[in-house]
Amino acid sequence: MRTNEEMFAELDEFIESLNNDPEELIAILHRAQGIFGYLPMVVQKHIANKIGVNVSKVYGVVTFYSFFTMVPKGENVINVCLGTACFVRGSQQVLEKFEELLKIKNGHTTEDGKFTLTSLRCVGACALAPVVQINGETHGKVKASEVASILAKYQNN
Amino acid sequence: MLVKVTINNQVFEEDSSLTILQVAKKHGIHIPTLCYLKKEESCFEHKPASCRVCVVEVKGKNNLLPACATNIADGMVVSTNNARVRNERRTVVELLLSNHPKDCLTCEKSGKCLLQDLAIELGVKEIPFDGPLSQENKTIVNGVIRRNPSKCVLCGRCVAVCNAIQSVGAISASKRGFATVISEPNNCINCGQCVQVCPTGALLQVDDTYKIEKALADESKYVIVHTAPATRVSLGEEFGMEPGTDVTGKMVTALRMVGFKKVFDTNFGADLTIMEEAKELVTRLQTKQNLPLITSCCPGWIKFIEYNYPELLHLPSTCKSPQEMFSSMAKTYYAEKMGMGIDPKNMVVVSLMPCIAKKDECRRDELKVNGLPATDYSMSVKEFAAMLKRYGIDFANLEDGKYDSTLSDSTGAADIFANTGGVIEAATRTAAKWLNGNNLEKVDFEAVRGLSGTREATVKVTDDLSVKLCVVSGLANARKVLDAIKDGTASYDAIEIMACPGGCVNGGGQPIHKDMEQIDVIRARQAGIYNIDKNKKMRVSCDNPEIKELYDNYLGEPNSHKAHELLHTHFLNRKDD
Repeated sequence: MRTNEEMFAELDEFIESLNNDPEELIAILHRAQGIFGYLPMVVQKHIANKIGVNVSKVYGVVTFYSFFTMVPKGENVINVCLGTACFVRGSQQVLEKFEELLKIKNGHTTEDGKFTLTSLRCVGACALAPVVQINGETHGKVKASEVASILAKYQNN
Repeated sequence: MLVKVTINNQVFEEDSSLTILQVAKKHGIHIPTLCYLKKEESCFEHKPASCRVCVVEVKGKNNLLPACATNIADGMVVSTNNARVRNERRTVVELLLSNHPKDCLTCEKSGKCLLQDLAIELGVKEIPFDGPLSQENKTIVNGVIRRNPSKCVLCGRCVAVCNAIQSVGAISASKRGFATVISEPNNCINCGQCVQVCPTGALLQVDDTYKIEKALADESKYVIVHTAPATRVSLGEEFGMEPGTDVTGKMVTALRMVGFKKVFDTNFGADLTIMEEAKELVTRLQTKQNLPLITSCCPGWIKFIEYNYPELLHLPSTCKSPQEMFSSMAKTYYAEKMGMGIDPKNMVVVSLMPCIAKKDECRRDELKVNGLPATDYSMSVKEFAAMLKRYGIDFANLEDGKYDSTLSDSTGAADIFANTGGVIEAATRTAAKWLNGNNLEKVDFEAVRGLSGTREATVKVTDDLSVKLCVVSGLANARKVLDAIKDGTASYDAIEIMACPGGCVNGGGQPIHKDMEQIDVIRARQAGIYNIDKNKKMRVSCDNPEIKELYDNYLGEPNSHKAHELLHTHFLNRKDD
């Protein structure tokens, strides 16, 4: 586990490589979320000061894009694709099954911090629809009935 | 380039840089608007075309176009009011209302709400669309501002004013789609300009008048009030009088009628501020240290520098604001010497202000006097007007009253604190008089007057001393000047900075006008103030006999140890807040 200071140092290095340009806000937020896992207010304020914009503007961007999150993510991040191809092949039912088994809604994290459930639009693997990505690993042609066994694989990670 | 445009069968020849709305307005054709906001005093126009209320029909275009954001073109034929336009506008407002609480009866903005006006104007008789509100209908208090996001129509006026005119950036739009909401303020400086431009009841100021009423009803309390310069030319507007009308006498009578034991004038505090600040200026000029001196009367501006330029905190004058100087003197000098032995603990000092940042100023710990807040409550002109209406006081027909003696004599130099440029002019009058061996031939320093956001003037103070002055109002302008000072491209001897464009006459607690351009309101109030100054017997702060008495009997001399203790303050680095 890296210290906070190390993480901020990495972020600063990245921001400086972009000449502290406020136009690069989205790229910076991307990197920051990669480093910290999420974008708490303290990170948003840090970025705002660094690039000379108001934190309210940073907050506006963070809350606009669904990719950015202000809550820490679970150990395992489940992304259910709700793109057109996956959707017509039943990904909504797959998502609902995840919600049912994890007892959380889409966009939330389980109390034990094990799982975060999110959805996205198209990962470019439509031939495998419906697609579920967990920690970057792709599961194709997923059926709602298979969700329990998929989860079991990550349960003890 | 001049082009011919036809609006409602009338042909106009106008410049193609103008919008349909501007041309229509110029020729007396009314087009309803909601999100559109013109701030001529700040050279700013907000035309996001987001509300779609101003749509008009343009021949040859399939869709109706927003008049606020569509430039005229040669041969353009516009209809601003036909069945299609009326229907579409009405639908737009019906849709806005479908996501708006229906509690106009108890909404504080009722009667002054632009959305309500539009519903009436466009003949909305029912709201055919049903559904949940995007935000919960509840009031959230943030500092001195009350927000109710469910009443927000997302016009973006507040965000535009906060970012473009003030460069404070406390708020922005957050989230998206139906969930879009204006963010909670962050590092807000309490100027209240957002409240002034909100078309609905989504942004209001905190109301302290009920606490004041309670204090007035408490017989163990000695409740006094003092009135800021800018209040005397605006309070009448809430009672149908023209902006700029001098209602000092009626205001004093009204304050007595609601039960204040003593009615004083903050002007006395303003004259006192000048004594301290002019002395500080003369010292800094002589020692050439900590220049430029920047005025510190405006609590919004002070918060701004504390948040954004803590490295320049050695520049603002250490003087407290007139509100705080007055209140400090009330709870010390007046209580001890004049007030027949009143215990300051039983005193309640109220100020009547054009401002809501003053409410925040009252709460600052470093402004306490002997452990007590100097000012207990600050109420805005709007708040006081609402209080008078509750009390059933027919303000316009009141007899003129007079301030209580002691702590109320004032010079014209104090009155002009209300206007941008006024504080620096007042300070220059006294400094010049001192430096010229107590002699001042010309009292008016017109070079610093005006309304543009940044003005420079070099003023000859003595035969061999000229000072370079800068007057700024609107914090985006202040930001530019501060950046120039930081990088060494500008140098001044003294700068006056006021958060609100035009100064306190346009403060965040002043009456709001729906039917008048704001710039005309500001100009009228400014003229009212200069008129009061012109007719004052004394016009230089150091001539005020009560001020002289105060120094003789209590403070010693300007910037004395005692004066420092009671009349000066320090500022905080809030960079990491």
